[in-house]
Amino acid sequence: MSTHSDIVRNGLWSNNPGLVQLLGLCPLLAVSNSVINALGLGLATLLVLTASNVAVSAIRNVVRDEIRIPVFVLVIAAFVTTVELAMNAWLHELYTVLGIFIPLIVTNCAIIGRAEAFASRNPVGHAALDGFMMGLGFALALVALGALRELLGRGTLLADADLLFGPIAAGWTLTIIPDFRGFLLAVLPPGAFIGLALLIAAKNAFERRQQRPAPAASASLADPA
Amino acid sequence: MSEASNNLRRQMLGSAGLLALFAVIGGVLVAGTEALTRERIVEQQRASLRSTLNEVVPADRYTNALLDDVMTIHDPELLGTDEVLTAYRARRGLEPVAVLFPVVAPDGYSGDIRLLVGINAQGTLTGVRVLNHRETPGLGDAIETRRSDWILQFGGLSLENPAPSRWAVRKDGGQFDQFAGATITPRAVVKAVRRALVFFDTHRETLLAPPAETP
Repeated sequence: MSTHSDIVRNGLWSNNPGLVQLLGLCPLLAVSNSVINALGLGLATLLVLTASNVAVSAIRNVVRDEIRIPVFVLVIAAFVTTVELAMNAWLHELYTVLGIFIPLIVTNCAIIGRAEAFASRNPVGHAALDGFMMGLGFALALVALGALRELLGRGTLLADADLLFGPIAAGWTLTIIPDFRGFLLAVLPPGAFIGLALLIAAKNAFERRQQRPAPAASASLADPA
Repeated sequence: MSEASNNLRRQMLGSAGLLALFAVIGGVLVAGTEALTRERIVEQQRASLRSTLNEVVPADRYTNALLDDVMTIHDPELLGTDEVLTAYRARRGLEPVAVLFPVVAPDGYSGDIRLLVGINAQGTLTGVRVLNHRETPGLGDAIETRRSDWILQFGGLSLENPAPSRWAVRKDGGQFDQFAGATITPRAVVKAVRRALVFFDTHRETLLAPPAETP
């Protein structure tokens, strides 16, 4: 049984669905052209992942092995449709922007992956935490990529925040680089692939650096000179 | 019948029943949410349509229910699409103020550009807006009001103003600027707007006709 801190670390960092498991790449690449789009889809995914993990875990002792996949699919599809309708009703503008990627959350392998690998084998509390942390990890990866691409592509951050937060957010746009004509490649599809690759590389480089000091320290101890 | 096959049968029936139960629960969840959100979604769609239309003809210019005073129009040649489109008619009392209708520029850089034009009773453009497009972000998307003021210059123009030969982008000898790095997009938009004006001119009578039944 995994401990709470293990679940948190797994979801946010060491087993991050976006940067390590590379699940759900289709929405990750397609919707990460601005922070707000990324955040909108990230939150919707987070919601679905938590809810589906809880539901799958709650029914794990009732559902026989042979029918578990169709049941998981049903549960996930029902939640996604619910979230889609709710977004259409209350976040209509953002819904229009994200378009097809909301219903496509259903095909995000991270969701059925967690249902199968974790929620169907663990108690509800753990499953809820795992769903939330995996969802948060995915949302953070999405927002990081969105920020990178929006900054390079348009020189702004949080443009169109009013789509997500209502009219009060209309002035939240941060112009980081004024009079910037934009680095077009970053907003175009290739920018998504390159940006994601850079993020993964940065994560790996950071981890390697974390590991290095230990052997270096012992080496200097071993060397008397 | 043997014990084993009886057991198998019971298992299969149990699984099928369980699956059916989950299908019902899922169905109820989705149907319930749909029922709760249906009205709000329709309202939101109308609100967003209304605010788009009002950008082209401000709300204080007309008094009728713009969204309900509609007629269908179809003209593949002038409107750029085979679809049947909806025209919205703005009136003050019974006096026609303007007609708003979509027009498609099929010759954009990347697929169709859908525009909304508003033309007043005198045949002058009240405004043009982009409904949707797939032009290159950073180049062709300057036709959006969020990116530049380019599209606003159509307000006040008509078939005679500017002269027909000047109804083109600067590169083609006309009066409309192209943007840096993008000529195809503005050229397509200019042509579509002019076609919309021609369409209005041809169908002026029907477009400005009084509503079918007086409310």
